[in-house]
Amino acid sequence: MGYSVNFGQIVEYIPYLLGGAWFSLQIAFLAFCGGMVIGLVGAMAKTFGGPVLSRVTHGYVVFVTNTPQLVQIYFLYFALPEAGIVMNSYQAVLLGMTVNAGAYLTEIQRAGFTSVRQTEMEAAETLGMSLLQQVRYVILPHIARVLFPPLSNHYILMTLGTSMAAIFGVEELTGRAFNVNAETFRSIEVFSVTAGMYVVVTLVASIILGIAGRWLFRAKMRFV
Amino acid sequence: MWQRLIEEAPAFFGYYNLIFLAEAAFATFALSAVGCILGFALGFLLAVTRRTLAWELVPLRAVAFLFTEFFRRVPFLVTLMLVFFFFQTGGVDLSVFTVALISVVLIATAFIAEIIRAGLESVHHNQWDAAAALNFSLWQTLWHVVMPQAWKIILPPAFSFFILFIKDTALASQIGVLELTYAAKVLNNKGFSAALVFGSVLILYFALSYPLTRLGVWMEARLATRRHR
Repeated sequence: MGYSVNFGQIVEYIPYLLGGAWFSLQIAFLAFCGGMVIGLVGAMAKTFGGPVLSRVTHGYVVFVTNTPQLVQIYFLYFALPEAGIVMNSYQAVLLGMTVNAGAYLTEIQRAGFTSVRQTEMEAAETLGMSLLQQVRYVILPHIARVLFPPLSNHYILMTLGTSMAAIFGVEELTGRAFNVNAETFRSIEVFSVTAGMYVVVTLVASIILGIAGRWLFRAKMRFV
Repeated sequence: MWQRLIEEAPAFFGYYNLIFLAEAAFATFALSAVGCILGFALGFLLAVTRRTLAWELVPLRAVAFLFTEFFRRVPFLVTLMLVFFFFQTGGVDLSVFTVALISVVLIATAFIAEIIRAGLESVHHNQWDAAAALNFSLWQTLWHVVMPQAWKIILPPAFSFFILFIKDTALASQIGVLELTYAAKVLNNKGFSAALVFGSVLILYFALSYPLTRLGVWMEARLATRRHR
């Protein structure tokens, strides 16, 4: 009761928060790249691997996609030290997000692999294309077009997911918002500014990805 | 590590701990189920609002658009903190469970509104025009023409969103809601091995989510075959 909203105290912290937003984007980018590598290996193992390898990959994907990322990171951060593996919070968050992203990206990339039809490959062979040419002119354009929209969608979701790092004391956008909140007690103002920053960051990312998808790969994408 | 796990396991899986975990699992499920059902109702209203054509409703459409775009682009943790501090500074005394439920409803409304909007758009525009030509009201159009065709498109992604939310409610532990993740932290603070506690909670989440995932896959396959008939 009688609370007056006052953004004045927050203004001086805005550069500090923006630095956090940049850090969030970096975490999301690193975890996404790691996840892409795991996902590529996983998708190959699921499509071309033998029965054992594809079962193991399937188990990994099903287990990780059916449990919360937060508890996975808790497990890495608190339980692994009991086995003698000690990580700092940043490493635990990054590893947790990478492993989590790997599972989702395995599924997404596998869908891209299966979307290339056998007849297309035969047609390319009939035209006398070498294997390299087949990859360059048939497989990659096709896969890129199919995969780009869900991949960029997942990238946006991962940017939002980095807010979890705050719980482990990593100073990204939400973590810095917690710090500012503790210093100023201007809770509503701090968190609404933070929310606005997330909106702007993900909006800019969606627009850039949307334009890139349409121009480079002719993917059907919405800008917003 | 293994030795410690084996030593602690009998004490950990005692009667009261199991009851405690079962209650926590129920809270997790209730939070996401109630949140998603309310979110479905509100999201439906938002999606229909965005579909209206009358110019008097332009501000309402703008609000619906901004609401969906805003809450789809803010992390759940930040929404949770905003709602939490909003009621705290407003002097409204709500339980943390209610605060978490309100946050879940807000996010679920935004995401499900988008899913339903895509479902409504999947119905060919001629069908809307035909209904308008027959002088159907908006509700008659939705009830007799659009929804019978659209629900098959809407249901599978809405269901997978619900499963996604079972996992996202883990963040509600941060404001002290007694659900599975918070229960794990409590048991860990009591001195049980973190590997044991977080391992069992991971398995409980899996047991909650996996059957629903299978149900969703089954539902999707069934609805898809019907569509092609």
